[in-house]
Amino acid sequence: MLRPLAPCPPSSVDTPVMPPIISISNLSKTYASGFQALKRIDLDIDKGEIFALLGPNGAGKTTLISVICGIVTPSTGTVTVGGHNILTDYRAARSLIGLVPQELHTDAFESVWATVTFSRGLFGLPADPGHIEKVLRSLSLWDKKDTKILFLSGGMKRRVLIAKALAHEPKVLFLDEPTAGVDVELRKDMWNVVRALRASGVTIILTTHYIEEAEEMADRIGVINKGEIILVERKAELMRKLGKKELTLQLHNALDAIPAELARHKLALAPGGKELTYTYNTQGERTGITALLDDLARANIRFRDIQTTQSSLEDIFVGLVRKDQ
Amino acid sequence: MNVRAIRSIYVFEMARTARTLFQSIVSPVVSTSLYFIVFGAAIGTRIQEIEGVNYGAFIVPGLIMLMILTQSTANASFGIYFPKFTGTIFEILSAPVSFVEIVIGYVGAAATKSIILGLIILATAGLFVPLRIDHPVFMLGFLVLTAVTFSLLGFIIGIWADGFEQLQLIPLLVITPLTFLGGTFYSIDVLPPFWQTIALFNPIVYLVSGFRWSFYSIADVSVGVSLAMTFVFLALCIVTVWWIFKTGYRLKR
Repeated sequence: MLRPLAPCPPSSVDTPVMPPIISISNLSKTYASGFQALKRIDLDIDKGEIFALLGPNGAGKTTLISVICGIVTPSTGTVTVGGHNILTDYRAARSLIGLVPQELHTDAFESVWATVTFSRGLFGLPADPGHIEKVLRSLSLWDKKDTKILFLSGGMKRRVLIAKALAHEPKVLFLDEPTAGVDVELRKDMWNVVRALRASGVTIILTTHYIEEAEEMADRIGVINKGEIILVERKAELMRKLGKKELTLQLHNALDAIPAELARHKLALAPGGKELTYTYNTQGERTGITALLDDLARANIRFRDIQTTQSSLEDIFVGLVRKDQ
Repeated sequence: MNVRAIRSIYVFEMARTARTLFQSIVSPVVSTSLYFIVFGAAIGTRIQEIEGVNYGAFIVPGLIMLMILTQSTANASFGIYFPKFTGTIFEILSAPVSFVEIVIGYVGAAATKSIILGLIILATAGLFVPLRIDHPVFMLGFLVLTAVTFSLLGFIIGIWADGFEQLQLIPLLVITPLTFLGGTFYSIDVLPPFWQTIALFNPIVYLVSGFRWSFYSIADVSVGVSLAMTFVFLALCIVTVWWIFKTGYRLKR
């Protein structure tokens, strides 16, 4: 298990390091059935960051969020939110949190306005129609404010859940699979809302299956598998560290097999024999590209075109989870 | 105490009642009126007065009790079971509210609805039979206490229930029979001695008896015992609810 990396290194020694907004230490959860959903999780979330939690189905993402939010009782370990213990000082801790659950749990017979107003009151805040209006407008829900939730589409219900979570002006927002089953336009809208929230200082923790979402949005990425955090890294660092590159050569003439002169390179010949792919690590001391090109010239293999591609977060994720199995 | 949260839950639950106003109020009033027509006007005229009280008037406190018990348990059990069923309970569990505040919100709303209903039925009864209330303060006291106690019981049932059948099980199989056998339509004095003793194990006898005493100053058991038994039942419900929240029984995994 990895301890998460320290927050972004301060630019000068004078810059104070902010305490994490969420601190999880030695957290485990074993359900009554005996299933251990979380195994000794240690994780710090920095104030104001967007943290993406990736993991296959059943990895423990939702359990982890549910423990922090007070829905599931932890078996061992401690969690603090804004310095408040989630068990002994639950009021202060929960006041800071907004939760958008994965499932579309809504009150079918309520109007959008009533359900969002209810959420604000439940968190102990005085009524503020101005704030509710602002939230509803930002989520394009304003013209639906008097509609019963029952009559809304799935995507609209998702927006209602986000509006409910934002009704009490949380400092930390959990988005559990926020864009599952949501069309592209709405997804982009949500990303904009998330960016605006982050700009206003809200810390965002999102779980997602859409790795492009994490790649596009997140500052840091955590990968959870079988109840264990197997990696926490800044996104850019992760891409740099684990990123593999592929160099693809489109050949003039098809090859039957990789010639002996090129055997020392890690090459793959595509079916049809007209494409050679060379995989290399960008972090390596030597990428081996020059040697490969020299050998190609020596073998008199000519190529029409050349292109390189960087592996995506998705490739990295799949690789990590597979390695862990 | 998070008073705003209590208010939010209370208002939310009362709005649910308002939405279903017709079935919430009209149907119990209609069914109670039918009891008066059948037992008061039709059969009641052939039944002698009981301890100087006209039979139609005699059954009024019992009928109100019957309605309070069934409505309180139904309202409160549905009120907490429905969020469990739809999943919206997640919001209550993740909000900065204590268990006491959750209970006050839900049980308060369920009890309020029952009390309003009880008063409406009382007014309806006044249209059919001559009514007299000797001890109005005790009458209101019994009404509120019973409504709160059985709303707590309903809350417990709602948390315990795993499906809609279980939600109906206790009201149908326990509360309604016990109410019918608890002296709603008769004084337990008319029972043979053996059955009188058995009847004293029925907690509803004490509720009906005390409530009837507040109307006509006649009772099967002394009003002090009635009051004490009601408080004992209330205390039992409070302890059970406290245990549910302490252990997270059927609420938290």
